[in-house]
Amino acid sequence: MGEASSVYSICGMCAVRCPIRVEVENGAVKWIEGNPHVSGIEGSLCAKGSAGLSFQYDAERLQSPMIRIGPRGSGQWKKATWDEALDYIEEKLKAVTEKYGARATALADRCGLFTDLTKSFMKALGSPNYMDHDDTCAKNVNIACQSLFGYGRGELGYDFANAKHIVLYGRNVFESLQVKEVNNILDAMENGAKITYIDIRATVTASKADKFLMIRPGTDYAFNLALIHVVLKENLYDQDFVNKWVTGLTELEAFVAPYTPEWAEKETGIPAYEIVKLAREVSSAKPKVIFHGGWMLARYIDSFYSSRSINILNALMGSIETEGGLIVGKGAKDAGVKGLNSLGDKIPGVKDKIFDADLPSKSMGTGHIINLYKVIKTGQPYPVKAFFAYRYDPIASLPDPEAQKKVLDNLDLLVSIDVNYSDTGWYSDVILPEATYLERSNIIAVQKGQKPSLVMRRQAVRPRYDSKPAWEIFKLIAERMGAGQYFPYDSIEDVWNYQLEGTGFEIDDFNAKGQVALSKSPILMDRNDLKFKTPSGKIEFMSSTLAKNDFESLAPYVTPKKPEKGSFRLTFGRTPVHTSAQSQNNIYLNEILSENTLWINETEASELGIRDGDTVEVGADTYSGKIKAKVTPLIHPEAVFMLHGFGSEIPLKTRSFKKGLRDSKFAKGLLETVDPVGGGSAYLECVVKVRKAN
Amino acid sequence: MSNYYIYQDQRRCIGCYACEVHCKTQNNLPVGPRFCRIIQVGPKMARGIPRMQFVFMPCFHCEQPWCVTACPTGAMQKRAKDGIVFVDQSLCIGCKSCITACPWGGPQWDQESKKVAKCDYCMERIDAGLKPACVTKCTAHALHWVTAAEASSLKRELFAREIAENLPY
Repeated sequence: MGEASSVYSICGMCAVRCPIRVEVENGAVKWIEGNPHVSGIEGSLCAKGSAGLSFQYDAERLQSPMIRIGPRGSGQWKKATWDEALDYIEEKLKAVTEKYGARATALADRCGLFTDLTKSFMKALGSPNYMDHDDTCAKNVNIACQSLFGYGRGELGYDFANAKHIVLYGRNVFESLQVKEVNNILDAMENGAKITYIDIRATVTASKADKFLMIRPGTDYAFNLALIHVVLKENLYDQDFVNKWVTGLTELEAFVAPYTPEWAEKETGIPAYEIVKLAREVSSAKPKVIFHGGWMLARYIDSFYSSRSINILNALMGSIETEGGLIVGKGAKDAGVKGLNSLGDKIPGVKDKIFDADLPSKSMGTGHIINLYKVIKTGQPYPVKAFFAYRYDPIASLPDPEAQKKVLDNLDLLVSIDVNYSDTGWYSDVILPEATYLERSNIIAVQKGQKPSLVMRRQAVRPRYDSKPAWEIFKLIAERMGAGQYFPYDSIEDVWNYQLEGTGFEIDDFNAKGQVALSKSPILMDRNDLKFKTPSGKIEFMSSTLAKNDFESLAPYVTPKKPEKGSFRLTFGRTPVHTSAQSQNNIYLNEILSENTLWINETEASELGIRDGDTVEVGADTYSGKIKAKVTPLIHPEAVFMLHGFGSEIPLKTRSFKKGLRDSKFAKGLLETVDPVGGGSAYLECVVKVRKAN
Repeated sequence: MSNYYIYQDQRRCIGCYACEVHCKTQNNLPVGPRFCRIIQVGPKMARGIPRMQFVFMPCFHCEQPWCVTACPTGAMQKRAKDGIVFVDQSLCIGCKSCITACPWGGPQWDQESKKVAKCDYCMERIDAGLKPACVTKCTAHALHWVTAAEASSLKRELFAREIAENLPY
């Protein structure tokens, strides 16, 4: 037995970032488990989390900085030292900055806990152009929430553990899973909570639900309008709450009057009596009711209004800032303590406006990555010529990779910083390898919630290859760009000490459990003194902010076009064993699932002569690919479905290379197709043709 | 049957395959052998819900293990103190008799070592007072490390509670 130690840290296998405990023996990771001290976790870890061990000891990952020597995307690389790679970046970035100014540089990351570093880095460079990946995630939901409550989606936590009725719209909680959420929902179910699951296909979540309603794709908004219709008509809402905290009820009542359950039945395919029944059931459980704002729901052209209607239902049930409902996430200030110091505090503010602040006919909010593509393409309002993709893979996640590549060709510098070979990395000029989550420490982060805490990802083992932690990578680039004075840190401990200065906490406080609580008990606002960050301070069914931007608060429903015979709406989703397009090459996860299939409705399949297990050809525009069909009655006839993230074109990832198909490749011409209000990518407007392959 | 039993709470199991990966990493297994499996059965429609069952299949550590009887070299053994059935790899000649004998598909072929390997309930962890990897880290706390006697009483309790909860009053 050699030297053994136990390190509390944060998982990095997906963007959920669960708390973990890592056992290390003789400098090698031996065991990873969920942090036993965290409620809802208590040792639990998902398949991806455990496979962190096989990722750590896999040679098919980035091993050193790489510089492109052939054309972009050719896969011709030279291994480089950090100095060589940084020299390359410095030369190109300085040329861009001299010619176009600091604002010609943009950076995108996956958002989440550690963005203070990347935001501060961009501030140090003097560019306003930081953005996250939310356009391909929950941007429409986020902006819908803001328009009602003044709080974004991320600021509202779901108190599933205490809920009595949970309504999920394609939010496949048991497959696209977050460990703590899974346990909270299962606990609630054991305590009698009901789950209603609405989706275009039957998932594991549908299998566990009390009610599964298969809905016609793209008609969730119609379903909700009818639900609101019943709730208002039968006085099923929380009148005290609504009278006190909501504006615009009269307008809502008038607006939903024509949207009867019988009308919605024709749109959605869900029987009218089910809509009436659901309205009555949720009402009897109010205010402990959660209508989940949607995730996969957020990818249609009208997702903003679907999600807004979901959150109108939450408000009608009075389930805001109450046990078993939606609770505003509390931070250090709410707990009455001093928060972390930001790395950007001492960096001067940036005067330039973000690239899409003044774009014509733009959606709500700024920092939309899809707008960035428009700006790179047109050079308007100003050129953006350098782009850093940090732990983010737009080519794999945004629609139409080929169209994206053409736009990215306008860049003078494309840098990918990642632990893995991503599709974007493969198309970059330089790839900088970040140390894996087991090999690096990150900045300390605040985990907002009912009981806010500070959390720490702590290095467990030394890097196996020539990689560096993010804080050091960004410091080194800043130094090269003459902004090194803003990152006066020689070690992560220097960074941590700076962040913790004045908070009363020390680094050692994280030793025992990996996190420190900022509040002993849950913090809830007084229900008689709620604070909403809207202009009126209330929940605005009629939003003044939307009106100011020439958007309606209550938009008429538009029926989606039915695909022609033999054509289907292409939908996609997740499996519990893979993370987006990142993990398909992982030896253990690949062993469980190496290839995706195409779900197709049995009636449609039979008409096309397709049997279960047949190879089918899927095509859109000029692109087509072959895949095995999974014929099932449990998907809506208008849709086909495939798991996201397969069909890698990176030969160095030998286990996942060319295995399965990539959904985003079929989204031909959809790169700029977004929800007009929320600005989120409308992938699900993708239509494909399916036929039996020869 | 060994003294132990892994009880799977079907109500909590979400078929996420984490147990399989917990097992593979703990035993440092190559591609191929899988000491435990989650087998999905269904979906089958039941009262309008497409119910799926996820059946957890480790080795059952039989009281009279046919794999042990079938093994010609004594590599497959039943541990006297607690009944755990395990393979002494140094004695395994790769004859696969145990694979033939076991009705449940427990013994696994390791193509790299050309020997049989199988679930031993993470014997070293048990001896250190811990639970098997699959149970310790189960995503949904659906797997429970109990004695065989506890398993039946647990099942009765859960069943009774479920029946009571569904009563209309």
